[in-house]
Amino acid sequence: MIRRTRWLGQAIWALILILVLAACGTATTPTAAPAASQAASAAPRTSAAPSASAAASAAPSASAAASSGATPAASGAAGGATKEVKVGAILSLTGDSQIYGNPQKQAIQLAIDEINASGSIPGIKLVPIFEDDAGTKDKGITAVEKLIKTDNVTAIIGPTLSNTALAVFPVAQQNGVPALGVSTTANGIVEIGDYIFRDSLAEAQVIPVTIKSAKEKLGLKKVAIIYGVDNAFTKAGYDVFKKACDDNGLQITSTQTYSATDTDYSAQLTAIKGTNPDAIIVSALAEGANIAKQARELGIDSKITIIGGNGLNSPAYIKNSGAAGEGTIVGAAWNSANDTPVNQKFIAAYKAKYNADPDQFAAQAYTGVYIIAEAMKTAGPNVDRKSLRDALANIKGLATPLGSFSFQPSRNAEHSPVIQIVKNGKFEVLK
Amino acid sequence: MPDINWSQQILNGLFAGSAYALFAVGYTLIFGVLDILNLAHQAIYMLGAFCALVLVTGNVAGLGPLPGGVKLPFWLATILAMLVAGLLGIVLDRIAFAPLRGRPDTHFSGMISSIAMALIFEALATWFFLPQRSQFPLGTIPGGAITIGQGALSYSRLLVIVAALVLVVLLTALLRFTKLGKAIRAVAENPKAARLLGINVEAIYSFSFFLSSALGGAAGIFYGLAISRLDPTMGRTVELKGLAVIILGGMGSVPGAVLGGYLLGLTEVLSVALTNTSNYRDAIAFILLFLILVLRPSGLLGARRVREA
Repeated sequence: MIRRTRWLGQAIWALILILVLAACGTATTPTAAPAASQAASAAPRTSAAPSASAAASAAPSASAAASSGATPAASGAAGGATKEVKVGAILSLTGDSQIYGNPQKQAIQLAIDEINASGSIPGIKLVPIFEDDAGTKDKGITAVEKLIKTDNVTAIIGPTLSNTALAVFPVAQQNGVPALGVSTTANGIVEIGDYIFRDSLAEAQVIPVTIKSAKEKLGLKKVAIIYGVDNAFTKAGYDVFKKACDDNGLQITSTQTYSATDTDYSAQLTAIKGTNPDAIIVSALAEGANIAKQARELGIDSKITIIGGNGLNSPAYIKNSGAAGEGTIVGAAWNSANDTPVNQKFIAAYKAKYNADPDQFAAQAYTGVYIIAEAMKTAGPNVDRKSLRDALANIKGLATPLGSFSFQPSRNAEHSPVIQIVKNGKFEVLK
Repeated sequence: MPDINWSQQILNGLFAGSAYALFAVGYTLIFGVLDILNLAHQAIYMLGAFCALVLVTGNVAGLGPLPGGVKLPFWLATILAMLVAGLLGIVLDRIAFAPLRGRPDTHFSGMISSIAMALIFEALATWFFLPQRSQFPLGTIPGGAITIGQGALSYSRLLVIVAALVLVVLLTALLRFTKLGKAIRAVAENPKAARLLGINVEAIYSFSFFLSSALGGAAGIFYGLAISRLDPTMGRTVELKGLAVIILGGMGSVPGAVLGGYLLGLTEVLSVALTNTSNYRDAIAFILLFLILVLRPSGLLGARRVREA
């Protein structure tokens, strides 16, 4: 009897171990498997490629353009001369921040499919490798190490959160891999080094415009602030908001903080309510919707506007906050109403493929892929990490869904922000 | 310094305290009966909340609608979800704890295997309910609020406070005044003596897990409804607070867990109200915990070596 129970115990332990391993494994296997099989099938092709490219080295772009131009749709299948270039994407696909990461993943896949189908980069086929960081630094670091050392990627897109990016980008910089943030808006990102770029407007570029417009349109005099004290993005957002309030002569009646693990904000919001502000500035991520909801539940009048940073700039905020989110003012880098052909084409293609409206995170991620593709065109079929970096630094006036896009010398994005207000469950331009 | 809205802040504290207390009574019950820290209690809390959500919306996020388009009213969904949570507790006991009982290292190995079960439950929840944050649909319960003095308390928050009171009173009555409660207390005191007296100790263990987990599930349902947020890792934050609460109240003491819960909730809220900043909230709460443990090492209501369930 005793022996039997011991066996049972061991069997259960083994089962637990297998289940845990399986649970850990599922996150990476679906994305890793196709990449690995593609890499394996690519191996014989790339070994044949040098002789072909050596013969055509006098005019590499012309010959490649000719071959891909002849059969644009079948360039992947025919592809004698196309080289596969891997691009890693580190995104928050699970956890709270998946409301940002999943649209990004869809948009990156869409852009890469479009680029490969059109053969618009002569001699190059892009291969995406997606990694999930679950919104955490440690998983982000594991992902970036894998992408650089095991997958040998040429460029990295992401991570989704600034907080993760501050841990991930130094690794990319040390290894000389160009990394393009597509939603990292906090301070101190591009300062990490000359391989770090971002196509997302920094909070410091958007928030001062948000506060100025909100003050003019709503006649604000005094505001209260609540922010997450232990996250790089929400803390940096607070610093920029505070400075913008000071610059615009707004009085701050109360400053409250919460930590990332909090779920109940009523004590802080009660303190804010007692100071009778004209607006509440919320520097938050996904929890912004809960803060808005709890504020209204405590009887904070809907005339007291909620003003947010990039974390509130998501359809998920509107959906999760419901009526409480009406009237929220958020600065943004992208607006669906922008009617340039490239923007309308992006919106239509995204809707057709995913049966959902794209958000700013999708637009910036989509733009990110096109920026990398443009740099690869400049760098040519023999692109490597160094030449891609140099080509990225010279991107100027590229037509993207975000508008005419350039990198500043600091490798920050350069284009103008839009200030939005939530009306009837939709982001509209604040007028 | 602005005026403090005392009535509102005390209501906030009572709300937080009720949630902590409801979570902690089940947690401490298992410690009282088995001398084991069940670190999967937080996963049961989460699964209970999701189970109620599934019954209310008739939809499993990762799989699709329930067969037959079942949609239940909230109160019925709550009762069924508590039963499911209780049964999960029995499963948890059979898998994670029962095989290790009687071994010399049972306290420690049981704790580790409960961590494993928590991870498995979370992984399953991520699979079934997706890693996103979910919430009960608007109008699950009426959206209004009552006002007490200058304070407002939404019905969903009021429900947490009332449910905590009712369930804790029922649990205490069961432990004090029924034969079953007497048996649980006897097993908590001395399982060997209880077995000699003809009590089916294994059945009592199973029943304790059922009770503890049903209460944990209820805590998840009501709190998740009140703060409109459910996700597969929602139990992790409450787990630490819950641990602080049962240490504060005295390990294994049900009245202690209730007292500890309200004390922690009120301290947290009042530290925000008095300092007008939230930077010191956790520091103040845990300094208080530290001081109480210095003065009373066994916790507020914990008796040395004499356990009560």
